[in-house]
Amino acid sequence: MSGYFADVAALARKDLLVELRTRDTVPAMLLFVVSALVVFHFALPEESSRLAASGMLWIALLFTALLALGRAFVGERDQGTIDGLILAPCDRSAIWLGKTLSVLAFLLFAEAVALPAFALFYESVTWELVAGLALANIGIASVGTLFGAMAAAARARELLLPLLFLPVAIPLIVGGLGATVSDDPGRYLAFLGLYDLIFAILSWASFEYVVTE
Amino acid sequence: MRPPHGDTLGSGRRLGIPEFDHPAVGRPIVRATGLGRRFGGRPVLSGVDLEVAAGDFFVLTGPNGSGKTTLLRLLVGLLAPTAGTLEVHAERRSVGFLGHEPLLYRELTAVENLDLYGRLYRIPERRERIGMLLERFGLWDARAEVTATFSRGMLQRLALCRALLHDPELLLLDEPFSALDAEGAELLDAELAAHGARTIVVASHQPERVAALATGRLALT
Amino acid sequence: MTAAALLVAGLGLALFWAPEDADQGISQKIFYVHVPVALTAYAAFFWAAWKALRLLWKGGDRYDLESYTAVHMGVIFGVLTLVTGSIWAKVSWGHWWVWSERQLTLFLILFLFYSAYFMLRYSTDPGPRRARTSAVYSLFGVVLIPVSFMAIRLAEGLIHPVVFKRDGPDMDGTMFLTFCVCLAAMLALAGALYLLELSGKRADANLKELRERLA
Repeated sequence: MSGYFADVAALARKDLLVELRTRDTVPAMLLFVVSALVVFHFALPEESSRLAASGMLWIALLFTALLALGRAFVGERDQGTIDGLILAPCDRSAIWLGKTLSVLAFLLFAEAVALPAFALFYESVTWELVAGLALANIGIASVGTLFGAMAAAARARELLLPLLFLPVAIPLIVGGLGATVSDDPGRYLAFLGLYDLIFAILSWASFEYVVTE
Repeated sequence: MRPPHGDTLGSGRRLGIPEFDHPAVGRPIVRATGLGRRFGGRPVLSGVDLEVAAGDFFVLTGPNGSGKTTLLRLLVGLLAPTAGTLEVHAERRSVGFLGHEPLLYRELTAVENLDLYGRLYRIPERRERIGMLLERFGLWDARAEVTATFSRGMLQRLALCRALLHDPELLLLDEPFSALDAEGAELLDAELAAHGARTIVVASHQPERVAALATGRLALT
Repeated sequence: MTAAALLVAGLGLALFWAPEDADQGISQKIFYVHVPVALTAYAAFFWAAWKALRLLWKGGDRYDLESYTAVHMGVIFGVLTLVTGSIWAKVSWGHWWVWSERQLTLFLILFLFYSAYFMLRYSTDPGPRRARTSAVYSLFGVVLIPVSFMAIRLAEGLIHPVVFKRDGPDMDGTMFLTFCVCLAAMLALAGALYLLELSGKRADANLKELRERLA
């Protein structure tokens, strides 16, 4: 059991180390999310409610996440290193978990910049928003990593991932936005927790089938 | 150039690192009957029968495009057969593979790459073994350089280190000499010549180099 | 197949025979088409997920074709659901689309999801991997059905005020019977199309294999 988590740690560490050396993904995410928030200012009409601004934040974060997810397995597939991981005696689900954890880390970095920007441009950040975000991150990273692996093995991969992912992300948006703006955030947070539980387990269990030939 | 710890084959034993138990020589480790693989509609491989016993030195020959790479990838488990049967009596942790790609992360150093695989393969006394292999293959001085700066020959040598890292029972090599420089080729020759109980399957379209060692052959068309 | 034709004829009967609902008049007849079509679509998706599970468990081309065809049926009937639902909405309330119609919104999400299924299959090279990846995706689809439904209910309190509400008709004996006949008809229709398409695909696959053997 500890061997499993040691594998996961080694794999996550590898991804973070690669990102540290290349700095490909995270800076792009940071820039994208701030740009998106600025664009939304011009897209929101004058009397927009708090609801609209919060909704825009969730959309911005969703698409920022897609940037990270789109890249998650493409490098591994192009360089062939995914084969090295598949050949290794580790559980294939450990590959999924390691990758998911590193995607989560990237999301956290992006949000560390996005939230202050949002507070600056629009309105203050509540603890409900942060809690909703934390839970939604898990769902996004879990399902997104799995679908990212599916898309990376296909031809039009940059186009395919958003198509696969957006319908499944709708409940996350509902949960997240609800947690942010409704009077009863607990319900929405609980829903996000349920989503995470169901889909994380499903993704964990099915990764093996998606990544092996 | 004299590497610091001396350079004898099996120096793992010299450093007190236990070598993994090899199976009794002679029992079949790979058996394929009517093996086939198609991509899309196209059959790349069909009706392949082969048997490799433990300790064998098996050579796959054939011109480019005859399916040698596909067959090796089937044997190592990266591809699933679409026809026929395949039995490989070796666990993933005791199979080593050297393919067309070095399977190394360009952004990581030589040591970091081997360390990752060392952890995944649960190698005891990981650092010592990595050090020993790097020295053996002349990469000790470049150990802290990111592999993006390596030449093709160095990459192939490092890939060989990766394949040998866990002292596999079954070692599969796909055109190993094609990307090796002269020094690396000599080292590989020595390694293959002293394979002992390790089962070797080599694919090459120029098999003369290893012909002397071969105990079994298959020519693909 | 003849059974399906008979049942489809039964559908025609039902439309003209069952009494009109007091409130909604003739438009209520669409209910007899819309709901069975929706239920058939669900059935198709669940069938696809079952076949997908079998594929992951056992492997083999057979389950892949079956799962794929079932998803195809599900999407066809899903589109029909959306169309009939839209017609019903227009007739009932004068709008072609009403967000507060939960079923309809759910079908929209499912339609997007399963359309992406076809994009996935199209973009991936045929082989065991494509079969398995499609299977996993269709499993996600089926899990998404209840999750999305919950999400839509949660969203109602949030975004779009519930303006139009429609209660399911209280069905008396004849209406219920009609409904059941229509449901059976739709399921039979879906089943017939499924078998038809499946045998067509299998014939295609066999033909291809023969061609290669000869080449």
